[in-house]
Amino acid sequence: MQRRNSRWLIGAGLTVVGALTLSACGSGSGFGDTAAPADGELTSDSSKGLTVLIGSSGDAETASVNAAVDAWSTDSGTEAKVSVASDLNQQLAQGFAAQKPADVFYLSTDALAGYASNGSLLAYGDQLANKDDFYPSLVKSFTYDGDFYCAPKDFSTLQLIINTDLWAQAGLTDADIPTTWDQLAAVSKTLTTPEHVGLAIGGEYARIGAFMAQAGGNLMNDDNTEATANSAGSVAGLDYAQTLLNDGVMSYASEIGAGWGGEAFGKQLSAMTIEGNWITGAMKSDFPDVKYTVAELPAGPEGKGTLQFTNCWGIAADSPNQAAALDLVEQLTSKDAQLTFSEEFGPMPSIQSAADDWKSANPNLVAFLDGADYAKGVPNVKGAADVVSDLNAQLESLKTGDAQAILDSTQKNLEALLK
Amino acid sequence: MTTPSRTSRRSGIRGGEAASGWLFTAPMIILLGMFLVIPVLMALWVSFSDWNGRGSPFAGTVSFVGMDNYSALLGGGGLAEQDFGTALRNNAWYVLLVVPIQTMLSLFLAVLVNRAILRGRGFFRTAFYFPSVTSSVAITVLWLFLFSSTGAVNKLLSFIGVNGPNWFNDPSGVLHNILRVFGVTTGPAALTGNSFLGISFWEWLAGPSVAMSAFILMAVFTTSGTFMLLFIAALQNLSGDVVEAAMMDGANGWQRFWRVTLPQLRPTLFTVLTLGLIGAWQVFDQIYTGTQGGPGKTTLTPAYLSYQTAFTNQAWGQGAAIAFILFVIIVVFTLFQRWLLAERKVSARRMRLYVQTPTPGGSK
Repeated sequence: MQRRNSRWLIGAGLTVVGALTLSACGSGSGFGDTAAPADGELTSDSSKGLTVLIGSSGDAETASVNAAVDAWSTDSGTEAKVSVASDLNQQLAQGFAAQKPADVFYLSTDALAGYASNGSLLAYGDQLANKDDFYPSLVKSFTYDGDFYCAPKDFSTLQLIINTDLWAQAGLTDADIPTTWDQLAAVSKTLTTPEHVGLAIGGEYARIGAFMAQAGGNLMNDDNTEATANSAGSVAGLDYAQTLLNDGVMSYASEIGAGWGGEAFGKQLSAMTIEGNWITGAMKSDFPDVKYTVAELPAGPEGKGTLQFTNCWGIAADSPNQAAALDLVEQLTSKDAQLTFSEEFGPMPSIQSAADDWKSANPNLVAFLDGADYAKGVPNVKGAADVVSDLNAQLESLKTGDAQAILDSTQKNLEALLK
Repeated sequence: MTTPSRTSRRSGIRGGEAASGWLFTAPMIILLGMFLVIPVLMALWVSFSDWNGRGSPFAGTVSFVGMDNYSALLGGGGLAEQDFGTALRNNAWYVLLVVPIQTMLSLFLAVLVNRAILRGRGFFRTAFYFPSVTSSVAITVLWLFLFSSTGAVNKLLSFIGVNGPNWFNDPSGVLHNILRVFGVTTGPAALTGNSFLGISFWEWLAGPSVAMSAFILMAVFTTSGTFMLLFIAALQNLSGDVVEAAMMDGANGWQRFWRVTLPQLRPTLFTVLTLGLIGAWQVFDQIYTGTQGGPGKTTLTPAYLSYQTAFTNQAWGQGAAIAFILFVIIVVFTLFQRWLLAERKVSARRMRLYVQTPTPGGSK
């Protein structure tokens, strides 16, 4: 009995000590709020160098960003250091929680709303000198609650990738490149043999969503203010994808033993795939012998449609030198810098003034950039990532599922986010 | 236990013992307090607050929201509840299969390598223990290769004419698949119509998905070695005379194991089951490095969901709430298991085996 009492006392003692320490933390200086400057004014503590946190796709990208940041640093006289994150979201979250975030960082569309709503981000978009040069659809992707938060870094669209050898083997010519849904189904059927399937794509919204866009649907409207997941267009898009799957002319990459569409395509398990321009890097390094061409995705009942993916350069609200950070971002999104990035590791420039140069430098990939005119963004409301991953989980069994029911549940989940 | 020990602790030559006891344990208490107790209490606060991940959770802008985070998970009716239910379902099947199988397998291996007549005991002990010392990340990568659609496991299966599944991409539940063989594709309305935590009872009864089954095999493979070691230590501590006595009484090998050896292993069994339960409810690194919850959320576990909710979705309070619900689940399971294995008086039915029943009409 006595022993139990003393044990209880120790426990209680520890709890009290813990609670006291906690309350000390609360009122103490260690974790306290830092004073923010008045609205619209940028901090400019030039004694501090800038830190740039990136999630790199590989050595080429790291070297390229390093070179660009170094060049800016020499010009401006402000020190800047690039670090490569192993898990960007986690490292950003840690930085914000400790109020010691990187000054400038890569930011994805689905992370924007979370950080914007808790005040971690500086909404500097309107102060950019080259603000009007960005593609309007990209600006929409980084607009949250009416504020243009950050400069689009670059972007990608989905298009149709065709294996030219298999295409010729099946007796098809350039004239057969599909421009309508019916034609896509027809060439897919022609290309499907026991060795490979006509079309293989990743079984997720980020690919199948292109069909929804072609039928006039998407998960949300362009301004991300209204859920349109179960609109007639969205349902028609899914129905079409389902038909292709059930006819055996389209497969998910995972069903035929590939991690993603690019792998299925590279291993020649499929004659066509739908991917973004990142596939060019993978083809060059992993499957250099496979010849391919890029065509625009066929138009659906509501015209052409594709999805776009983009990242932006975020600036932390807690950065002590926002003015320098803004200057760095302007430099990094300038025409010259973006064209150099594109040459060194392949993304498409986010500004319209670089389009012509990019097209003449990459004549085979023009279709990707043409997509910018009609591409739809992916939802960027807070919590949308969860809803999309739930949708992806359901899309895995689209073959046997009910398109309307799947999208109804997504609609319900998105509406819950908008309340 | 009470009065005598107390007086002896206070009196004379042993008077300073308590003080030095505290002195020697103080560093550990301080370390545990700083790095365990306080962070846990902070997380508990976060789970009751609307902290949004910026600055201190104790800043003036953070407010107490009561059970909001918990109720969103346990009865919100939204995606959060559904995800949490799915994660619990997945992990419950994982626990249900991993814990008994790994305990039985490790006990079996321990008995096997404990036999004095076995040649090369050292080799087998090392071989069985080896998976436990390898990093779980390395094993996960190995598993992803072995269980890929064209991997070694499916090659082996093809030799016996089985067309192996596309393991890590197959979200279908094993029990549902078995039922499908018998032509049952949808459950009765009583199961599909009613739900708990946002997913229907029919889904609760789906069984582990094919992808999760691969993880279950992996958990058994990697942890059985550790627990084997515990059982070996326990087996070597048993004195031989009890077994010899049982032999003299004519018990055969099977009876000696079930009636003599196993009951003596009860404390070790408790340790193994407790560690197994805790480990199985906290499965995280395999999921993080392997499938990240896919395919079809069937390898989502509460531990991974907690991480994802907090770091990816910026719902810190909800993430912390998941962690504490998981904590309660583990404690409840451990207590239940402790109650199950508690030493009890031998039941009357069992007693009959030991007591010689007086023959009717015998000596009075």
